[in-house]
Amino acid sequence: MESTVHTYLSKKRNAAPLAVFRIFFGLLMFISILRFAMNGWIHKLYIEPSFFFSYLGFEWVRPLGDATYLIFIVCGLSALTVSVGYRYRWSIIIFFLSFTYIELMDKTTYLNHYYFVSILSFLMIFLPAQVYFSMDAYRDKTKRFELIPAWTIDSIKLLLGIVYVYAGLAKLNSDWLIEAMPLQIWLPAKYSLPLLGDLFQQVWTHYAFSWAGAIYDLTIPFLLLYRKTRPLAFVLVVIFHALTRILFPIGMFPYIMIVSALIFFDAGLHQRILDYISRLFNIQSQDFNNRRSFEFTNRWKRKTIHFTVGTFFLLQLLIPFRHLLYPGELFWTEEGFRFSWRVMLIEKAGYTDFKVVDPESGRRFYVDNTRFLTRFQEKQMSTQPDFILEYALFLEDYYQQQGITDPEIYVDSYVALNGRPSQPFIDPEADLTRFKPSLKHKNWILPFNDEIKGL
Amino acid sequence: MRKLSFLFITILFLGVSCGDNTPSGPSPDDFDRQAILINWSDNIIIPAFRNMSTESAGLRSETESFVQSPTVQNLTSLREAWETAYLAFQHVSMFEMGVAMDLRYRDNLNIYPTNPDEIEESINSGSWNFDLPSLNDSQGFPALDYLINGLAATDAEIVEFYTTNPAAEQYRSYLLDLTLRIETLTNTVLEDWTSGYRDEFVNNSGNGANASLDMMVNDYIYYYERNLRAGKIGIPAGVFSGNPLSTHVEAYYSDGFSKALFMESLTAVRNFFNGDHFDSQNSGESLSSYLQYLQSMKESVDLSTLIDEQFVSAENAAAALSPDFRQQVEDDNTLMLATYDQLQANVVLLKVDMLQSLNINVDYVDADGD
Repeated sequence: MESTVHTYLSKKRNAAPLAVFRIFFGLLMFISILRFAMNGWIHKLYIEPSFFFSYLGFEWVRPLGDATYLIFIVCGLSALTVSVGYRYRWSIIIFFLSFTYIELMDKTTYLNHYYFVSILSFLMIFLPAQVYFSMDAYRDKTKRFELIPAWTIDSIKLLLGIVYVYAGLAKLNSDWLIEAMPLQIWLPAKYSLPLLGDLFQQVWTHYAFSWAGAIYDLTIPFLLLYRKTRPLAFVLVVIFHALTRILFPIGMFPYIMIVSALIFFDAGLHQRILDYISRLFNIQSQDFNNRRSFEFTNRWKRKTIHFTVGTFFLLQLLIPFRHLLYPGELFWTEEGFRFSWRVMLIEKAGYTDFKVVDPESGRRFYVDNTRFLTRFQEKQMSTQPDFILEYALFLEDYYQQQGITDPEIYVDSYVALNGRPSQPFIDPEADLTRFKPSLKHKNWILPFNDEIKGL
Repeated sequence: MRKLSFLFITILFLGVSCGDNTPSGPSPDDFDRQAILINWSDNIIIPAFRNMSTESAGLRSETESFVQSPTVQNLTSLREAWETAYLAFQHVSMFEMGVAMDLRYRDNLNIYPTNPDEIEESINSGSWNFDLPSLNDSQGFPALDYLINGLAATDAEIVEFYTTNPAAEQYRSYLLDLTLRIETLTNTVLEDWTSGYRDEFVNNSGNGANASLDMMVNDYIYYYERNLRAGKIGIPAGVFSGNPLSTHVEAYYSDGFSKALFMESLTAVRNFFNGDHFDSQNSGESLSSYLQYLQSMKESVDLSTLIDEQFVSAENAAAALSPDFRQQVEDDNTLMLATYDQLQANVVLLKVDMLQSLNINVDYVDADGD
């Protein structure tokens, strides 16, 4: 066993796939940041709001007023230097930190694919993506290597495989497979698409898309692994993600996934891509082919890297299952929902009214949420208990400053999940100021009046 | 491999050709969403603005008569015209689209409570510019309310402001300006609808944040929540402040007209939901029929019926209210709160259940799941 692991860890592969991955990843991230800025989202999401929702333990991560733009500039520039492989290790560390900082500033904007970018860039810190076809290697002959450990390429395949398979497993539930929900809500609304618009009105289409989506997610990493099925698999990847791009507002994610899938191909394809880039920019790419083999030379450093990456993947395999530790319906309570590749699984709409009670005077009144939250924040808050609690505690502070010594905060909350009629969400008798944000089960969430069977 | 590709291409081809069968318009199974937009604009919005235009011309001409000869009798006629026009306004207030949005039509016509000090200040200074947003609360129907109902306790005393008062001329001219502005703004909006915006509205029938249907539904719910539920009932009843605010009722100075305005606006909102034509017994495609169509794809409660029944519950709760909300708030606020609760129940149905069914997004940013 140990020798198998050892043999695997010492296996070498051509460095081109990882270099191509680095180039495209950096470039896409740069475009992604640029697009974010050009849509005016930096201002809209991080400057305009007066209140921000935090991740547990990361309350200190906040937007920095106008300096927030600076973080985006740093992030965008580091994406570019990652792409060209200039001072790669520093670049990818800075990119990881700045990108993750941005994501932690406000929980409202949580997206699975932003999380994916964060952990992928963390993984890339430990990969020798700069030893081939990079500025670093170009400037210093001793840093050029044609071969790298195979595991460094495989680790990206593994991460992609986890994302797909976990997303597929999450789709194996009764709402998705038996009710065709939430596609049955989403697809008819796309009536104005040419050709497909009419098709989306048909119930069988909703089922076909649901089932195809689940099968796609569960099988695509394996189809990409085998040479025989790889070209077909790649065509499927392109079609699948092009469709999701047309149907849903998911920004750059489809392109990231399409480009990432290239890592499964043999080095020959990547060499052709690099040749093409070389011709485009007149680069002497042959200089990189020196038959030298990259090794994490320092034994201690090598062990640390193996251990870190190993732990990283162990966590990646376990974290998505943490919802098993909570009672109640996962889609309803969302305890353990984030960071687990539950992608496009639920359609939730909610409405939450906060009632402030001054026990001293008996005065009670409702809060106008638009005074403190943007419409987007209000929407996200209304369906997720951890948001509701955080906002209630903010209101407690606010009304204390307004002169109510010990305000009690109650909520009237209704949520509709996957086409079901709305039902009360939070116990209206629970004074939320008595609770603190934590990972513990929130027993003030009312039970879900239905059952969703599945993993 | 080759077989797989063949199968794949065949499926793709079949998929495309399925959609190709109906190149001219939607297939019979589809719901025609553009028909909603056509029904809204041609049978509800434009007729309501036409009526509003007629009534605001009537209001202006009664004001002219009163200004020319300020008598108690003319004051009474002016009041009647004000009431009719104010009721007509309840049918157009929610349509803050197109030029109405640019003009901020609703803010200019119906911000209350009005600001008597500011009005008096303008009148005494002899000059005012109604285009200034800072003067939103000293114009429109609430300002008229103050000037024809609130200046004094008796009609004869009110008339004195327009006859023997040292500033009588300014009072007359301010009053006339108020009604002129209502008429001008209304006609601008009506003209916008009839001279091109209607087609733009109807043709923008796709889906997405800037499509007519999405924008209208967002505006509609916003109006229901903010202006009807909170403005007319919730705020005066003290729902957001903890103590009743009788000064915040609509038509505060009138002799018990606030309930009529509220009932009219509730009717307008309900008719719009059901697609009932303005001033006619007919009805057409609407949010209600759209929901009925979408529900047919799911086994679920009939949401359109639930929503309509909830409108009726609110009407029934309001039936017990005094015609004068100011009095109601001061005498027995619990009835106001009970009406509020009925209105609130429909916010949940409209904003949660209906928006979910129609899959209309509250705001555009790529962050809906992913």
